[in-house]
Amino acid sequence: MSAIAPPATADTAPPTPDYSEYKLVPARHTWRWVGTVLVAAGVAAIAWSLVTNPRWEWGVVAQWFTAQSVVNGLVETLKLTAISGVLGFVLGFILALMRLSASPLLVSVSWTFSWIFRSTPLLVQLLLWYNLGYLYEKISLGIPFTDVRFFEAQTTTLISQFAAAVLGLTLNQAAYSAEIIRGGILSVDQGQLEAASALGIPAWKRSTRIVLPQAMRAILPNAFNEIIGLVKGTSIVYVLAYSELFYTVQVIYNRTQQVLPLLLVATLWYVVITSVLSVFQYYIERHFSKGALRTLPLTPLQKARKFFATHVASSPTKDAR
Amino acid sequence: MSIIAARKQKTTAAQAAAETAAGEAAGESRETVGATGSAQAANDSAQAKAGTRGQVDIANVRKSFGATEVLKGVSLTVQPGGVAVIVGPSGSGKSTLLRTINHLEKVDGGYITIDGELVGYEVRGNKLHELREKDILKQRTNIGMVFQSFNLFPHLTALENVVEAPIVAQKRSKAEARKRGLELLDRVGLKDRADAYPRQLSGGQQQRVAIARALALDPKILLFDEPTSALDPELVNEVLDVIRELAKSGTTLIIVTHEMGFARDVADTVVFMDDGLIIESGSPQEIFANPREERTRSFFSKVIEPAFNI
Repeated sequence: MSAIAPPATADTAPPTPDYSEYKLVPARHTWRWVGTVLVAAGVAAIAWSLVTNPRWEWGVVAQWFTAQSVVNGLVETLKLTAISGVLGFVLGFILALMRLSASPLLVSVSWTFSWIFRSTPLLVQLLLWYNLGYLYEKISLGIPFTDVRFFEAQTTTLISQFAAAVLGLTLNQAAYSAEIIRGGILSVDQGQLEAASALGIPAWKRSTRIVLPQAMRAILPNAFNEIIGLVKGTSIVYVLAYSELFYTVQVIYNRTQQVLPLLLVATLWYVVITSVLSVFQYYIERHFSKGALRTLPLTPLQKARKFFATHVASSPTKDAR
Repeated sequence: MSIIAARKQKTTAAQAAAETAAGEAAGESRETVGATGSAQAANDSAQAKAGTRGQVDIANVRKSFGATEVLKGVSLTVQPGGVAVIVGPSGSGKSTLLRTINHLEKVDGGYITIDGELVGYEVRGNKLHELREKDILKQRTNIGMVFQSFNLFPHLTALENVVEAPIVAQKRSKAEARKRGLELLDRVGLKDRADAYPRQLSGGQQQRVAIARALALDPKILLFDEPTSALDPELVNEVLDVIRELAKSGTTLIIVTHEMGFARDVADTVVFMDDGLIIESGSPQEIFANPREERTRSFFSKVIEPAFNI
């Protein structure tokens, strides 16, 4: 500021003082400090109560956290999540392609699928699949309108609790992921497809090598939302008395009456799974942001290393400068 | 190489059919570009020889979008190695005509042949049946295209953009494609940016990568759809210089542009289009200095600054 020469009336203006030797002092943010202290106090109070309140029964939590039955339930939860997640997204991808196809029949079938499964409660869907034997006694595979049967079985033997759970979760998941994948595909510029077909790249490769890698940036955040939702969503399968994590702790606390500590055991496991998934999400999203950003942001590990390098290791040289 | 042999056989049949059809379409004024008398004779005997391949014949092509007729019967011949520059007001059908040449737009009438082979169709009986996607894609590998908005694949580096089609569409080996890709990037002056992503490049650099990408398939014909319209003025010349260099290489070029100075420099034929028709065509001297048609004259009076010296 002081460098700018004063305007016209220069003959009477005092000479500009020279500030070049003055030290620069950053502005103080008093309220930011007050806010930080208040929030820190609140967080400390919550932490203190969690540690000191004996009714949380942390001993009981620790005792059941790695108990064999709980771990078995955890494995079942992970199995359900993985199977219905993968199948749901594969089916969702097919439904998304159907929805984007030029065939009106494929479009309306895909639309109707999403409409039905998004507009009915998952709980009802699960009970319906489990009780399918009431509606159809036998399930058979053959040529329609003839007596030729390649395969026939009692519905009740075919649809176990596990099968009903996977079927319900998969179809429900497919309806939602179809929309997510479709949105991702639509977000890719039409010129990309045009350039790819002008280069003679076949349709399937255009989808997998040009469109999908770009669509992934839009798909991934929502997809991880869905998968994390599904992890906890599997707890609804308790209505089929399927012994996943949530049903297992219910069985235990009905016996021991330690309701809250056992719910806490399940909760902590869900938190652990979600945290691990979030780390995966970060790195997968980073992988697909190649080319979308001029420079990739540093990973937390790289940030820590850089912080260490600049603030700890090189502090003497910084002073020298 | 075996692909070329197979194509040749197919060509002769299609060529014969095309010639009969051309007879039927007679009466339509045919514009010939870059005609070198001997080229025609050499055409059928040594098609694979460089410099004699890449003849484009557009015959009475019509195209409508809904109720709007964008091309109203356009006929144009571009000789092998010719450089045709198409100019005209926006909405005159220039870009659409260009996009029919590699079947990105389907024609509603007329036909296009490249070295005698029908584009996008084959003759069965007395009908032209549209080819299957696979065959259309194979034809497109002979025709490179450069877009106004570059359309580089943003998730791939410059080099990956260039080698994508040779590897995926032509099934060339990765090592071979890479080597050729680096040569092409060198040719457009970007060898040192091979590992940069499109967003890390300037507009002019992106368009030069797009040109290298189009060249990677060794096309007979290169189509340029307003290649400098999306560029800042100071970046236009680096792209035009690359195209100028290509014009000398013997590849047939068909260029839609608004750069009149460049058109005068590089074209051996300038084609003026308006309202879905070719109004006139000829050498740059003829078209720019002595346009025969009033419409051509009035267009140039609007786009060429008074000081522009022809």
